[in-house]
Amino acid sequence: MSKEPVAVVGIGQTKHVAARHDVSIAGLVREAAVRALEDAGLAWSDIDAVVIGKAPDFFEGVMMPELYLADALGAVGKPMLRVHTAGSVGGSTALVAANLVAARVHRTVLTLAFEKQSESNAMWGLSLPVPFQQPLLAGAGGFFAPHVRAYMRRTGAPDAVGSLVAYKDRRNALKNPYAHLHDHDITLEKVRAAPMLWDPIRYSETCPSSDGACAMILTDREGAARSPHPPAWVHGGAMRSEPTLFAGKDFVSPQAGKDCAADVYRQARITDPRREIDAVEMYVPFSWYEPMWLENLGFADEGEGWKLTEAGVTELDGDLPVNPSGGVLSTNPIGASGMIRFAEAALQVRGRAGEHQIDGATRALGHAYGGGAQFFAMWLVGAEPPPG
Amino acid sequence: MSDVLSAPLVVEFPFTRSLGPVQSAFLTGLRERTVLGVRTEDGTVLVPPVEYDPVTANEIRDLVEVAPTGTVTTWAWNPSPGRDQPLDTPFAWVLVRLDGAGTALLHALDAPGPDAVRTGMRVRIRWAATRTGAIADIACFEPHDGEPGATEPAEHTGEFADPVTGIVTPARLDYVHTPGRAQSAYLAALEGHRTVGERCPACRKVYVPPRGACPTCGVATAEQVEVGPRGTVTTFCIVNIKAKNLDIEVPYVYAHIALDGADLALHGRIAGIPYDQVRMGLRVEPVWVEGARHPDHYRPTGEPDADYDTYKELV
Repeated sequence: MSKEPVAVVGIGQTKHVAARHDVSIAGLVREAAVRALEDAGLAWSDIDAVVIGKAPDFFEGVMMPELYLADALGAVGKPMLRVHTAGSVGGSTALVAANLVAARVHRTVLTLAFEKQSESNAMWGLSLPVPFQQPLLAGAGGFFAPHVRAYMRRTGAPDAVGSLVAYKDRRNALKNPYAHLHDHDITLEKVRAAPMLWDPIRYSETCPSSDGACAMILTDREGAARSPHPPAWVHGGAMRSEPTLFAGKDFVSPQAGKDCAADVYRQARITDPRREIDAVEMYVPFSWYEPMWLENLGFADEGEGWKLTEAGVTELDGDLPVNPSGGVLSTNPIGASGMIRFAEAALQVRGRAGEHQIDGATRALGHAYGGGAQFFAMWLVGAEPPPG
Repeated sequence: MSDVLSAPLVVEFPFTRSLGPVQSAFLTGLRERTVLGVRTEDGTVLVPPVEYDPVTANEIRDLVEVAPTGTVTTWAWNPSPGRDQPLDTPFAWVLVRLDGAGTALLHALDAPGPDAVRTGMRVRIRWAATRTGAIADIACFEPHDGEPGATEPAEHTGEFADPVTGIVTPARLDYVHTPGRAQSAYLAALEGHRTVGERCPACRKVYVPPRGACPTCGVATAEQVEVGPRGTVTTFCIVNIKAKNLDIEVPYVYAHIALDGADLALHGRIAGIPYDQVRMGLRVEPVWVEGARHPDHYRPTGEPDADYDTYKELV
């Protein structure tokens, strides 16, 4: 028996900001869920199951969100489960929900991811003082910056490329009312003039710390037929993981990322991603990850990703727009960031992305990664139902 | 095995919590010796209150005041109170349905012994002398022989002067950490300033520090291999922000260092050279200081830089 086609019929986000002191975590997730229900024209009673994701527990000290948030998400008396894959969690949470529909376990599933970074310890929640071990010498940026330098050495990419990405994404964010950073006075010179935090990563080339939630409603063919707005259809979805550190690990272009993308393209019958995909929402927490992922995801040959960025191909009006929403560089509630990528890809093919809509987008890729570049989750969504 | 190490590991952070309208009213109420519940759409009064109806999922904001007296619905004796528990003498954990409430609240009951506690007994709140807007504003419950409070709760606006809008809730986990056989052997060798890794019998890769198993082949490692002491900087960054709990002046260089003979890089600080002169391929050696388990940092050896092709797989 073939899989049930999965449609995205509801998407809701909070306005992402530095701190939402006016709401509890329950109140925050509720806002996103209610907006997704409104978008789908559904009520709580139409939801069969809830799948939730969040950042690692010690980021915000919530150990059992599925327990604490069941009533806020209308899950009482329904199956509710939680997914756990570090920074990629928003993506893998959506995929678990999609698989429940594809397998005909449930017909309509609410999936949601959130984080209140203002009430978290994301910077140090993972740098625990483990006895006998050498103390970690840097925060998250210090973990990733050496890999950026390795990319620059390997490809010969000029120093300026990182700033181009940040400048593009921050301008894209101005067209997205839900984005956290809205810097109307941004200039390329300002991005370049920002201090180096973890050289070669500038302050301006890092993601912000945000409070926010993102929700989606996934349903089957019958549910899609009732949708008041065009659905997005899931054409392929996959997850891959690998150890944090192992001999031969390629942090610049992890094998798990390549394998995950190849699986998604095979499912979606994509043979030339650069030509066949109209928009990409990829997880870029530091600007240099755009050219790195362009190569890892097969949009450019090895060593060539930075040339697409430099030539403007990834701009909103380029032929492969990357992060039209402004991306993680403009909005980063960590636990939700992966789901926002998936949701923004779906908004593009539904034609509901508003000012940052890519004209005529019919196929879009959502991408998330996390941990020590070890968890990958991606989906490819289309405006038309999948063939077959 | 007596040479396997262990030590306490305490993970503790003070998490802040924004309360939202309902929890703000509840905790501010406790500060004012007022216990608030919320009425659900089917008329049940929930204490403590919640923001969303557990049956209909709708938002509920219909706050009511219940009595400070109630009935024990069930209990368990706690003979040895732990850290941060409500009482430091043995007490009963109780579920108390306050007069006017439809659900029970978990708290502590001060009683001389388990024989003095029974389901159905009447209790009342003992308020803390100093109240801040927290669940601990109820110091505990105590036995009560007086009249029952009103069973019909009074409507309440939930409004108070100077409401509590956020709290700090420390979360703490106490572990005993055991690094295991392979890491214990590695640490023992470090005492003699030697770095000893382990080789995978399948892929032949040398892991430093060793983990006792190869993460790609999934087989146990046992063959010990001494590596270093010299190595090559394979990549690095210059850290310009001060790290928590680390007394290191910025800027400093945080590097991946492939020790000679190791098949993956470990992480360390580079010093003994201006930070802006550190480069990929720089040859370095460890610098030890008295009393430290690990090298304090690595410094240049003065050898010519390693060729990129010799370390490009080890970044």
